[in-house]
Amino acid sequence: MTTDTYNTIREARRAAAQPREFADFAWTSENAAQVQTIFARYPDTRRASAIMPLLWLAQEQMAAAAGSAWLPVPVIEFVAGQIGMPYMRAYEVATFYTMYNLKPVGRYLVQVCGTTPCLLRGSDDLLRACADRGLLKGGVTTDGLFTLAEVECLGACANAPMVQINADNYEDLDYASLTAILDALARGETPAAGSAIGRRASCPEGGPTTLKEMVA
Amino acid sequence: MLADADRIFTNLYGFQPWNLEHARKRGDWADTSALMAGGPDAIIDVIKASGLRGRGGAGFPTGMKWSFMPKTPKPGHPSYLVINADESEPGSCKDREIIRHDPHKLIEGALIAGFAMRASAAYIYIRGEYVREAQTLFAAVAEAYAAGLIGKNAAGSGYDFDVFVHRGAGAYICGEETAMLESLEGKKGQPRLKPPFPAGAGLYGNPTTVNNVESIAVAPTILRRGAAWFAGIGRPKNEGTKLFQISGHVNKPCVVEEAMSVPFRELIDTHCGGIRGGWDNLLAVIPGGSSVPLVPAHQIIDCPMDFDALKDLKSGLGTAAIIVMDKSTDVVKAIARLSYFYKHESCGQCTPCREGTGWMWRVMERLVTGEAEYHEIDLLLEVTTEIEGHTICALGDAAAWPIQGLIRHFRPEVEARIAKRKGFVQVPAMPMLQAAE
Repeated sequence: MTTDTYNTIREARRAAAQPREFADFAWTSENAAQVQTIFARYPDTRRASAIMPLLWLAQEQMAAAAGSAWLPVPVIEFVAGQIGMPYMRAYEVATFYTMYNLKPVGRYLVQVCGTTPCLLRGSDDLLRACADRGLLKGGVTTDGLFTLAEVECLGACANAPMVQINADNYEDLDYASLTAILDALARGETPAAGSAIGRRASCPEGGPTTLKEMVA
Repeated sequence: MLADADRIFTNLYGFQPWNLEHARKRGDWADTSALMAGGPDAIIDVIKASGLRGRGGAGFPTGMKWSFMPKTPKPGHPSYLVINADESEPGSCKDREIIRHDPHKLIEGALIAGFAMRASAAYIYIRGEYVREAQTLFAAVAEAYAAGLIGKNAAGSGYDFDVFVHRGAGAYICGEETAMLESLEGKKGQPRLKPPFPAGAGLYGNPTTVNNVESIAVAPTILRRGAAWFAGIGRPKNEGTKLFQISGHVNKPCVVEEAMSVPFRELIDTHCGGIRGGWDNLLAVIPGGSSVPLVPAHQIIDCPMDFDALKDLKSGLGTAAIIVMDKSTDVVKAIARLSYFYKHESCGQCTPCREGTGWMWRVMERLVTGEAEYHEIDLLLEVTTEIEGHTICALGDAAAWPIQGLIRHFRPEVEARIAKRKGFVQVPAMPMLQAAE
């Protein structure tokens, strides 16, 4: 074995000996009750079904507590223990699904949809707006606020191009409107979600062509 | 144009509140137990007679699918209904509108469909990215429980039926029915080999039917208004109404409910304000979500939008997610982006798909810039046929078809790029000339 290999092993052993961050992760009392609600959705003998909602709940709790929605290894271990499944089964799930973040992300996870329907309507402009504001794909900005990701179709194609920032969709965007939204977030404001051009959901711009009497 | 009186989704854009009180005003949950009074088989007969074909893409007759479920569930082996709300097909955005603006249509449909197939519970699998939509759905289910519409003696019918919501976490493949079952069981979403089919051994090994949101949500209205009403809309074997989702280069992209078999031109002119730059500016259309091959402008303009007419054009209706491309589109790049999508979403189980989607994407990226050899076009086409049909699920097929469609219709454009890159005189893009024989 080369010196490098020995060094890698030595570093790994040293890291393993350190007290691990997040090793004391536990549910808040509110989430502990939520866990029971989640278990109740599945047959008693099929608790493994709860792994996805529990990992999500843990990630939400991390976001609330640490300001970054991600799943460190000790947290995944904790969740696996709650269900009584081997850690590796839980880790498989956490790595398979894209919404579980295995690295820290910024307070705002800016997910720009880049798939063809958004591409046709100008998603490249949105990526440029993010780049011009210093957002990096996969990286956290120095102020800890933003992480950029180019994601696959988010299912709002009639309102393309769009981004999802944490739980909210911002739709019908262009370079200027996305820049304004990012600026507002950086100032600590909460910009209104939905269409940037004032459309109601996926209604044709300028008003519906059908069922006009339903308009309140 | 479909008359307003014939529309099922009357709150598609959410101009009215979604909640139970307002849903009842729109006619949902009106005497649901009466619809169930004739028993499960009567419901299946009506759905069969209505001609409803599955709205998730494959277009399999819904009534027939329900009839595959066991008539007398074995003790300890309850039957399940799983509702596919993992809407991730690029171009599709209809289930989202149903869930956030008309969730009670879906929940009532779940009860009726679950009763018809003698299921004990329904799981609604909603994609993880629909965070706000899932919040609405959870709230709507809670409302329905509180009002006694589901749960014990659901809606006063004497039938016990539960509805649970399960959120995904970002995996296109979970829209495949057996991958969805794996995911519901708490595993990686990798499709299962069939047989056994889910109706025999599905969720937790029990009989299961997986249906699309729209197929389930239209069922109560079909029962109320009768099979003949639904079957009277659209062409034979393509009956009913459909949510069309139009994105891309139209003046006003939107989601709208229209009659099946509505001609493409009428659909776009009536609801979308026409093609950007006029009809002469139309280049091509992907008529059914990213998985179906594109269709060039002259073939689609007067085509009825339904399963069979689009199949005749070697494409498909899919989920009726219509992606419109005008002449400003870099069509090779548009399809290359879809190849990237499939590379990203391949679950990695079958070798032809896991290796092939990445290989195809890399070749496609070179075709975008013209940095390729002429023979690679045929090589790419051959590889698509080697992937197609050689994988457990249809993701391999779905990755192959857009590329086949591109080469079928835009080969001169691809060749022109290679020629330009090689420094030859630029060949003008023109339709391929047929040899006179």
